[in-house]
Amino acid sequence: MSHELRGSSAVVGVGLAGCGEAHGRMPLDILAEATHNALDDAGLKLSDVDGIFTGSSYHFMPALSTAEYLGIKPRFSDSSMVGGSSFVAHTLNAAMAIKTGQCDVALICYGSNQRTAGGKLATMSEQQIYEAPYKPRYPISSYALAAARHMHQYGTTREQMADVAVAARQWAQLNPAAFARDDLTRQDVLNSRMISDPLSLLDCCLVTDGGGAVIMVSSERAKDFPNKPVYVLGTGTAHWHRQITQMPDLTTTAAVDAGKRAFAMAGLTKDDVDVVELYDAFTINTILFLEDLGFCAKGEGGAFVENGNIAPGGSLPVNTNGGGLSCVHPGMYGIFILIEAIQQLRGGCGERQVENPEVALVNGNGGVLSSQVTTILGTEAVL
Amino acid sequence: MSATKERFSGPGPDQIYSDFLRKDVFSLPQCKDCHEFHFFPRVVCPHCGGFNLEWKTLSGKGEIYSTTTIRRKPERGGNYNVCHVTLEEGPRLMSRVDGVDSLDVKIGDQVTAVINKDGDDPFIVFVPAQGV
Ligand SMILES: [Zn+2]
Repeated sequence: MSHELRGSSAVVGVGLAGCGEAHGRMPLDILAEATHNALDDAGLKLSDVDGIFTGSSYHFMPALSTAEYLGIKPRFSDSSMVGGSSFVAHTLNAAMAIKTGQCDVALICYGSNQRTAGGKLATMSEQQIYEAPYKPRYPISSYALAAARHMHQYGTTREQMADVAVAARQWAQLNPAAFARDDLTRQDVLNSRMISDPLSLLDCCLVTDGGGAVIMVSSERAKDFPNKPVYVLGTGTAHWHRQITQMPDLTTTAAVDAGKRAFAMAGLTKDDVDVVELYDAFTINTILFLEDLGFCAKGEGGAFVENGNIAPGGSLPVNTNGGGLSCVHPGMYGIFILIEAIQQLRGGCGERQVENPEVALVNGNGGVLSSQVTTILGTEAVL
Repeated sequence: MSATKERFSGPGPDQIYSDFLRKDVFSLPQCKDCHEFHFFPRVVCPHCGGFNLEWKTLSGKGEIYSTTTIRRKPERGGNYNVCHVTLEEGPRLMSRVDGVDSLDVKIGDQVTAVINKDGDDPFIVFVPAQGV
């Protein structure tokens, strides 16, 4: 018997705003524009929204600040904070809230002006007192330590990591909305300035502004909306650590558990997946998550991403918007992978459109490889 | 209101850890139930959930589990090392290796703990192990 949450709710609207640079605008201005676009897309009004799901690096009580700004009085609110994976996790919480009648119209939303506000990662994070004396650079040093260990243990190379960045760029070149669309070669990545060995500048995600919004309703209602519904088939969450030193094995993330949980709820396997959207804060992420989600064996991620295998025309379409590496990355990126997966399943992604996808997998990452949240979305064909 | 049990009375593990370092002792809690050490120090064993812990002095021997060189311009202090060290007793901690160019620090290198007391709060750094 299938899980009671499987396909119980669906996305009926998505919106983006301010991706790239949004000069002179505050995070909630950008969030509100994305919300406007998502409501427009769904044919709904703000007054229809009775559930809010949000996260922020700017607001200590993000659901309160966001609802106040939007002028809504939600029946149900959730600002569960698991870093950049929060918005992917919100799909599970929204599905539960809708299923149990806590809300009818769920708004998942985010906005950030990280780039035009100066490029620094805004954070309300507490200092990690057992790491602070060593002055690691956040978050890159944590990912660099994971990459170095993966290279040592499995022979993964900088060239293979560079190919992740090149594949992302090739997808971005098919996406007019992507921020970085110039030609990029493996050699360009290898030659870019080293920041924290073995990660160089072009192994790192962009710093942009941007906002996103997703509207979810029950599947019973979903067919009454203008767009083809995209069903939430399964979501799994997992976290094993907060600080990088507490990660049990630097080469294996909690996406192992998150992925299993999501697939179990969806009643699907990796062979059913047509398009994959992974949180690529750094090139090593894509390799780790492809392994941990079962698309290749542990240690074989480097070989899997080589020579265009995840690029346009490769065997598995990964990060089809251009990813955090080349499309958009305003502090917390999770909502953008969710939106790209939904847009792919609806069709109409232009040059970057994957051919008739029915199942999309999204994996959000939060903290320093800490929180992993996998969501599997599908069209009516797989409901 | 229940009285504080003896094992929770007095200073907490972070203060005990720092007090040991000030006395030139590198010590961590070991679980009396599963015998595992843990870092960072807590009042509960993260391996088994046991609350019966005792402080033990460590050998100071460790091995580089992973390492990165943070690149910085010479005029801003130059490159420096950040690494993860697995202690002989099991736990892993963030640290750095002193006395050697960071780019020469390799995974698998044997290292020895040194207590750095340059600042207000002492902390552990490592140097290459002698005679290996
Ligand atoms: Zn124990």
